[in-house]
Amino acid sequence: MKKKKAKVAIIGTGNIGTDILLKLKRSEVLTCTLFAGRNADSRGIRIAKENHIPTTIDSVRAIEENPDCCDIVFDATTAATHRIHAPILQKLNKFTIDMTPSRIGKMCIPALNLNDCLHERNVNLITCGGQASVPIAWAISRVHPEISYIEIVATIASRSAGPGTRNNIDEFTQTTGDALREFTGIKRTKAIIVLNPAEPPITMHNTIYALCESPDLEKIRISIKEMEKKIRYYVPGYKIVLGPVFESGRLIVTVQVTGLGDYLPEYAGNLDIITCAGVEIAENYAKERILGNGQASVF
Amino acid sequence: MGRLQFFDSTLRDGNHAVKHQIREEMIVDYCLGMDGSGVYTIIVGHGNGLGASSLQVGMALTDEHTMLQTARSNLMKTRLGVYMIPGFGTIRDNLVPAIETGVEVFQIGCHCTEADTTKQHIEYLSREKKEVYGVLMMSHMASPEKLLEEGRKMQSYGARGIILMDSAGAYTPDMVRKNISVLYDHLDSKVGFHSHNNMGMAVANAYMAIQEGASIIDGTLRGFGAGAGNCQLECLIALLEKSGVKTGINFYQLLDVSAEVMPQIMEKDMGQDPISIVSGQAGVFSAFKTQVLQCAKEFHVDARDIFRELGKRRVVAGQEDMIVEVAKRLSDPAGMSDNANLNYQLASLS
Repeated sequence: MKKKKAKVAIIGTGNIGTDILLKLKRSEVLTCTLFAGRNADSRGIRIAKENHIPTTIDSVRAIEENPDCCDIVFDATTAATHRIHAPILQKLNKFTIDMTPSRIGKMCIPALNLNDCLHERNVNLITCGGQASVPIAWAISRVHPEISYIEIVATIASRSAGPGTRNNIDEFTQTTGDALREFTGIKRTKAIIVLNPAEPPITMHNTIYALCESPDLEKIRISIKEMEKKIRYYVPGYKIVLGPVFESGRLIVTVQVTGLGDYLPEYAGNLDIITCAGVEIAENYAKERILGNGQASVF
Repeated sequence: MGRLQFFDSTLRDGNHAVKHQIREEMIVDYCLGMDGSGVYTIIVGHGNGLGASSLQVGMALTDEHTMLQTARSNLMKTRLGVYMIPGFGTIRDNLVPAIETGVEVFQIGCHCTEADTTKQHIEYLSREKKEVYGVLMMSHMASPEKLLEEGRKMQSYGARGIILMDSAGAYTPDMVRKNISVLYDHLDSKVGFHSHNNMGMAVANAYMAIQEGASIIDGTLRGFGAGAGNCQLECLIALLEKSGVKTGINFYQLLDVSAEVMPQIMEKDMGQDPISIVSGQAGVFSAFKTQVLQCAKEFHVDARDIFRELGKRRVVAGQEDMIVEVAKRLSDPAGMSDNANLNYQLASLS
């Protein structure tokens, strides 16, 4: 007897789209019913076919032509493309999880505001750097709301940054800094993104800095540990590797994210931190709004 | 040989040497002194460019807008320029305000293998009809063929010239000849070079770059810059004039600013201390020096070991957070192999 699952379409067959596709294979509440791209020869499309997932190269048009194919849509294209897709998906009344830094929908970080987002029609996943570092910044700001400035540096392996990320680097930087400000309430924020070309590739690495006069390191440690635990629930490879330390007037915490190695190797934690967050949102939406109170009904 | 253009980065790269503490009145004196000297542009800002003032790479004393505004009001003849690395600055927060302030020359830089991260910014500036150049940083880390491939990308986005940066002061003369000649032979845009003096080669390498076809030399007065400093423009001009090359530079004006204004800005003379030599040889970004020395002291480890380890990890600009981590690990080798153990020790330390 098969469990009923919510139907999911993925638009965008690059690193993020393909990683979500592979993660959905393990989901007990979601099933991928369409993998939509524009290039028939892409590696993502090939992988989808090998996994017997329906594919199309008509991108969002395939959903317009057959709206019943899905309840939930992941848009893993680019910020500029999502600006075109968003109104179309809105009209089709699809719950849309925007993986680009377009910032059209409500910004969502599952560890911080999952439940506020399930009634939206379009939620935005900010950026991988935002998913990894904003929760820690938030956890620090709860202990020291008086912090005058907070900054994050997300370092990702060059090889894990596909053409989408590279074409979006400006929105990526801007959106991460904006999210930092909106979630923590601290007015002066800054986000820095570094692509690291080292070989073998480095694991995704995020440093959070705060200006704080006399930090209570023990309270901060407890606060960020709690946050780490919440995130590890949906991103198992999330780990605080340094801090909190206080050096030259800077409060520093460093987080590493190891991926599950679904599509790209484990160093690409920058994929998992955002794809796991997306899947977490989709699964909760499916349980609450489609399948009903976590009760999976029979097919 | 085409007309040479000298990009003056004294008020940008020099900011590294004083931990980004260049003050407003220094910018006034410098710009008044250098205006009309024949340098093509005076580049102003934080050492890592627009948007880089941060805890990661150092907070600038003077905010970006004030720096640019001050330079703008004191330059009548010479163009005002800026540098920006995508990932630090953005179009909305940094480029738009810079254009509004009247900046005329833009350098957009990235690690030498990541040219596609400059596409949005170079294309934006080209559309705005601004003069824009692409900068490939840490260019000692890539082959001539790779540099050409990346330079071609920047050229296709609209860059008028491609400047190779020897960010770490790691270039040997042979590398200058190979890299510059490949770019000069195959690119339509101009080719430039920005050298560092870790192994005492900044002026000589710039001179060789010109011989190989470079028409843009990016340097500073007194060699004021990160680590061991840059190509000292006064020396290069002297050398070129003596060799019979027309520079279009008012040599005495440069020397006057070098003598009268630079001592106010500089805390000490540039030179190759042992640490700079090691960082150049290891191929690690010169601007890491200050923070490496700080961390070496704090964690009681040898700064030379930190540089060697950073070199092994092939760190790039913007990865200053690795310094603390490496220093901490070197100070506590028992924790190095085992993450859980490391965490335990870090937790007990804090």
